[in-house]
Amino acid sequence: MTTETLYALVGVGLFILGLYALFVRANLLRKILAANVMSSGVFLVLVALARRTGTVAPDPVPHAMVITGIVVAVSVTAFALILMLRIAMKTGQTELPDTWSE
Amino acid sequence: MEVIITTFPWGVVLILVPLFGALSCFMWPNVARYLALSTAFALVMSVIALAVRLITTGSYRHEIGGWGAPLGIELFADGLSLLMLAATAVVGFAVTVYSIGYFPNRQLLRFLPIWFLLLAALNALFLSGDIFNLYVALELTGLAAVALTAMSGGRAALIAAMRYLFATLVGSMSYLLGVVLIYHSFGSLDFMILAERVEASPATWSALGLMSIGLALKTALFPLHFWLPPAHASAPAPVSAALSGLVVKASFYILLRLWLEVFPAGHSLIPGEFLGALGVCAIFWGGLQALRATRLKLLIAYSTVMQVGYFFLVFPLATVVAWHGVLFLLLSHALAKAAMFLAAGNIIYFAGHDRIVDFDRIAQQLPMTLAAFALAGVCIMGLPPGGGFIAKWLMVQASLESGQWWWAAALILGSLVAAAYVFKVVGHSFTQTTVREKTNVVPVLMEWTALALALASVLLGLVASWPLAWMEIGGVFAGVPAR
Repeated sequence: MTTETLYALVGVGLFILGLYALFVRANLLRKILAANVMSSGVFLVLVALARRTGTVAPDPVPHAMVITGIVVAVSVTAFALILMLRIAMKTGQTELPDTWSE
Repeated sequence: MEVIITTFPWGVVLILVPLFGALSCFMWPNVARYLALSTAFALVMSVIALAVRLITTGSYRHEIGGWGAPLGIELFADGLSLLMLAATAVVGFAVTVYSIGYFPNRQLLRFLPIWFLLLAALNALFLSGDIFNLYVALELTGLAAVALTAMSGGRAALIAAMRYLFATLVGSMSYLLGVVLIYHSFGSLDFMILAERVEASPATWSALGLMSIGLALKTALFPLHFWLPPAHASAPAPVSAALSGLVVKASFYILLRLWLEVFPAGHSLIPGEFLGALGVCAIFWGGLQALRATRLKLLIAYSTVMQVGYFFLVFPLATVVAWHGVLFLLLSHALAKAAMFLAAGNIIYFAGHDRIVDFDRIAQQLPMTLAAFALAGVCIMGLPPGGGFIAKWLMVQASLESGQWWWAAALILGSLVAAAYVFKVVGHSFTQTTVREKTNVVPVLMEWTALALALASVLLGLVASWPLAWMEIGGVFAGVPAR
């Protein structure tokens, strides 16, 4: 197994781990962190697969995609945190209720 | 003059105009409503200009800043994009006009900037020519949509928005992982180049599987629809109209592009039959929940879950007639569903609630609103001459021609369920209740907007040949079997 494949597989593992936590964990902060782990997994796959064999420089396009992705992830996280704070202020809880009231 | 229209990059205008609209509404709150109206009007005009260009010269690409693929971003417009952009501009204009009457001034100033950001993101999505640019536009659309859902700040709205945010995040992450796999296997992000290079391989199957699941989650296909009813029911009425009318279709549009252009049939782990079966479940589950709903906005939200089920019936059929039908359905549903939510907004504005059993002679007190709801209902049910009728007719025809009558049966039975929940609302609007509430006078403009959209959705059936001709621009259906 080459190093790139190993990193890519770790990335996929992080994605699955994050997805699992996002569904299973009740606490909103943990859910937001889980989403971040998911996106880090995707970025790791991107960076790992950008490497080319030999002495050729890595493919720049995946790197550009990762940078764009990080910008998106940061803004999403900031927004999610604000939303979480608002929910905590309104309901006094940091978890989503199981059923939603009409 | 004609040369200008047929050579000008209208796609860029369609993204910049709402972007500047958003900024200027934020910068100059005193004149925000005039800025909003002119932005929405400019959008409609730009779409008309783009339509003229596309009809005379065919589909076109535009390299932003002269930087082409692979590192630059290229905009791409063809008949499919035109159809979605036109729906966005019309619904966008109606919602802008409506929101000025609906929101008190302070809320309006918070609504308008995010609203125009949403329109900019949607337009960028419909004009994207590569799968990564689509990801960015999809994420922007999702963020703006969640922000608008949370706008009222109430408990139910905040919780619904949070759920919506997580659903949309998982959806786009899954899509992005698919994009990564595709890029690694075929070395391009561009639709056209991919269409030539893509071949069946485990990487292609998993990529399309990941992308399809992510997009199905964002389109709220049963059983991934859990986030939609609370979000669409607890958002303010103009927002619900935009969410149900436009945002849900954005992710479905990407799915259509992928299936139509990038991956020919048989390249997916998820067969079309499976998506079609989920669609049938969505039709009956959504219809049943709509019948059971006690609040009007929740009823309309479940009706969207049901209509999304119709969209997915195209995948097992996959003939030219079926694609025509589903695109027509996207267009007519955008108009009709937006009209329904705006009508519901009028009723809430008037009575202060949307509990269906407590409707007090809505038919006498808000005749135009009820007419709007009923006309939009005609389109949703699929009765002639509504746009929904043409769409369902084409889809039934496609399923009979390909010998798969069971999809046609689901389409027709679904229409009966739709008729039942529309009549449930209309029936309660004529009765008198003992509850007397303080009522507000609904601004005339709000009633007219809802009615105009509903009329447009019905009249769409009479001018069906235009959108059907537009769809062909650029030859999207070239590789699709005729029957």
